[in-house]
Amino acid sequence: MKNNILNVFSLLLLFGLLQSACSGGVKKDYKAVDIQDLAKNQTEVHGTEIKEGEIEFKNPLNADMVKGGQNIFDLKCNACHRLTSEKLVGPGWAGVTKRRTPTWIMNMITNVDMMLEKDPEAQKLLELCLVRMPNQNVSKEQARDIIEFMRKNDGEQ
Amino acid sequence: MNKEIMIFKRMQLLSLFGFVLFATFLMNACKPKGIQTAMGGDAAVKAYVPPGKYDEFYNFVSGGFSGQMSVYGLPSGRLFRVIPVFSVDPEKGYGYSEETKPMLNTSHGFVPWDDLHHIALSETDGVHDGRWVFGNGNNTPRIARVDLKTFRTAEIIEIPNSAGNHSSPFITENSEYVVAGTRFSVPIGDKQDVPINTYKENFRGTVSFIGVDPASGKMHIAFQILLPGVNFDLARAGKGKSHGWFFFSCYNSERANTLLEVNASQKDKDFVLAVNWKKAEEYLKAGKGMKKQVKYAHNSYDEQTHSASSSMENEVIVLDPKDCPDMVYFMPCPKSPHGCDTDPTGEYIVGSGKLAAVIPVFSFTKIQAAIAAKNYDGDYEGIPVLKYDAVLHGEVKKPGLGPLHTEFDANGNAYTSFFVSSEIVKWRLSDLQVLDRVPTYYSIGHLCVPGGPTKKPWGKYVIAYNKITKDRFLPTGPELAQSAQLYSIDGDKMKLLLDFPTIGEPHYAEAIPAELLAKNSTKIFKIEENKNPYVAMGEKNAKVERKGNEVHVYMTSIRSHFVPDNIEGVKMGDAVYFHVTNLEQDWDVPHGFAVKGANNAELLIMPGETQTLIWKPERVGVFPMYCTDFCSALHQEMQGYVRVSPANANVPISFSTGKTNPAPTNQ
Repeated sequence: MKNNILNVFSLLLLFGLLQSACSGGVKKDYKAVDIQDLAKNQTEVHGTEIKEGEIEFKNPLNADMVKGGQNIFDLKCNACHRLTSEKLVGPGWAGVTKRRTPTWIMNMITNVDMMLEKDPEAQKLLELCLVRMPNQNVSKEQARDIIEFMRKNDGEQ
Repeated sequence: MNKEIMIFKRMQLLSLFGFVLFATFLMNACKPKGIQTAMGGDAAVKAYVPPGKYDEFYNFVSGGFSGQMSVYGLPSGRLFRVIPVFSVDPEKGYGYSEETKPMLNTSHGFVPWDDLHHIALSETDGVHDGRWVFGNGNNTPRIARVDLKTFRTAEIIEIPNSAGNHSSPFITENSEYVVAGTRFSVPIGDKQDVPINTYKENFRGTVSFIGVDPASGKMHIAFQILLPGVNFDLARAGKGKSHGWFFFSCYNSERANTLLEVNASQKDKDFVLAVNWKKAEEYLKAGKGMKKQVKYAHNSYDEQTHSASSSMENEVIVLDPKDCPDMVYFMPCPKSPHGCDTDPTGEYIVGSGKLAAVIPVFSFTKIQAAIAAKNYDGDYEGIPVLKYDAVLHGEVKKPGLGPLHTEFDANGNAYTSFFVSSEIVKWRLSDLQVLDRVPTYYSIGHLCVPGGPTKKPWGKYVIAYNKITKDRFLPTGPELAQSAQLYSIDGDKMKLLLDFPTIGEPHYAEAIPAELLAKNSTKIFKIEENKNPYVAMGEKNAKVERKGNEVHVYMTSIRSHFVPDNIEGVKMGDAVYFHVTNLEQDWDVPHGFAVKGANNAELLIMPGETQTLIWKPERVGVFPMYCTDFCSALHQEMQGYVRVSPANANVPISFSTGKTNPAPTNQ
């Protein structure tokens, strides 16, 4: 039965092809290009992976970066994260710089899709929170400022 | 009958079916196809875009009496978006939110509907540049500009001294101007209250040239030309060699004011108006224009404040051909011309007399020679009429019944739609020979070849926009879908590939390669750049403020909660303004906002945007509000309450999210 339908279908295809072959001299004045890539590379930034060792830390903390990080927190993060250990939508930030490596945190901020696809710890968090950490269009530099603010929040000087 | 036998019978049937198909294809395989074989054998393959793949073209299709513009993919015919333009759209809050209401302001006040007929994609050097798409409002004369980064209406300008803005928006080859010709001639000037049967003395037509700023796209009415009281129908700019000219078809040269069906069909020929707009610019510079006092609205939307503003303008400059010789000419055109289309080279202007048995094709070179030699056939209301034979390249003989519109490919061919005989006819511009014809189902109006009106047609398809679809789709009561039909024009013969229903009534449409637009599409509005005066920059800034009888809620939304989500202190008689800021910065994560009993609509707030809904509670109680756009697994939890107390109540303004205070004893 299935085979029979397949046969009819292939016959149809075959004769469809025969037909267009006979129409001859088809002129293409429009060149189709691969447009699947076109929606990429736009204002909404998905960062590239940040590797271990790319980020440097110094003490004392950089006050400007701490301030910058706090401003981003107020605008883009505190809707879901508290500075205590209380879980709201996402986990509270208290102690996060002790629990996670800085690259892990930065990738979670700038590279959420990659992390949720690959990183077992990130996947565990999704199971716990049930809301995907949103891409908040934070640049690598801004993410670094956020880390500085988190370090401050964790009591570093 | 047992199961096996049934299956066996079915298999037999299938084989028989296969054999019939086989035979049919054998018979058809290598012989020329006529009218009967409109449907291409490989239609499914050619119109098929696999799941997850993009279409090749965007097709911008007028929504007719829906007032909107729709966006389809080609060749799939998939509907991507309906852009609200002239009509309110409760789904998107367009015309309902405080920020978008000014877009629909006119000199007649707020007008929530119009009739959008024609599309004009912006051009640079006669080729699509993918920046803007324009549409006309037919009923309350307006032109709209849609931004192709956001796919949203960016600007609407009203056209004064006009009625029935049909002959619009049509664009020049560097987007210098879009135009607006009056379908209805009307009394113009101070004397408005006149008997209708004084049409011939008191009624005049105008064509307006609306300048488009090359950097911002901002429109302004550069000038209007005062003309005899005929009905202007359609128009096209010259291009290439005819750049600097504009052609408008007109009917009712009889100047009838009643039963036009009969009374405007008396004369053997009406006209195509040729306007030398470069000359008009010179007269304008030389101060030949008269300033006329008028009133028209000019509305624009700012993507940083996320708000529209409307201003009323009161002056327009009018050029009268009496004072401006050599600016306009009439060319006789058989029987109530409709379409008036210029070919890619700019040499040929194709007129389409709705009631004519031929398609006249005018030659720009001959027009110039006739003007130089003053080869006139008298004048019409003081405007020189060029001799028909002197400007004619030739006529397509017996092309079909009821020619309406013509589009072009890059190979010197024209495609004309025929309403009465329901077909598209392909013919050659050089020798005016008919090459092919294909039926449409049914009663085609406009048609579109991607890039068809430009100097560089992209070709590949012609799309028919049909008025009647009886028996093509499942019946849906008295009103049936209108439709588009996609045909391949790659080969010598046109082949039908696909039917797809459309919104409203489709009139003109244009198509543009996807790669010219897809790369520019806006994904989010940066929250840092949000300049809406009522933005809440982060939850820290969410608040509720009373100002007399107004309560302003500065609210934020993010997956999946509002701040604040518990509001008290609203009283009867208050107007509550919900200013909702979407804090998301991720593509395709709008939040919605709705509150019970609101007499307007919802809000649909894009990432980084602020939109405002006004709500005037009409009873005391506790009212739910919620997010309407499924945003996350906890979308159903994205909700809150507003308490409304009697006017004389003592409940103070308070607001919170995530706090549960002990219930007070006496409130």
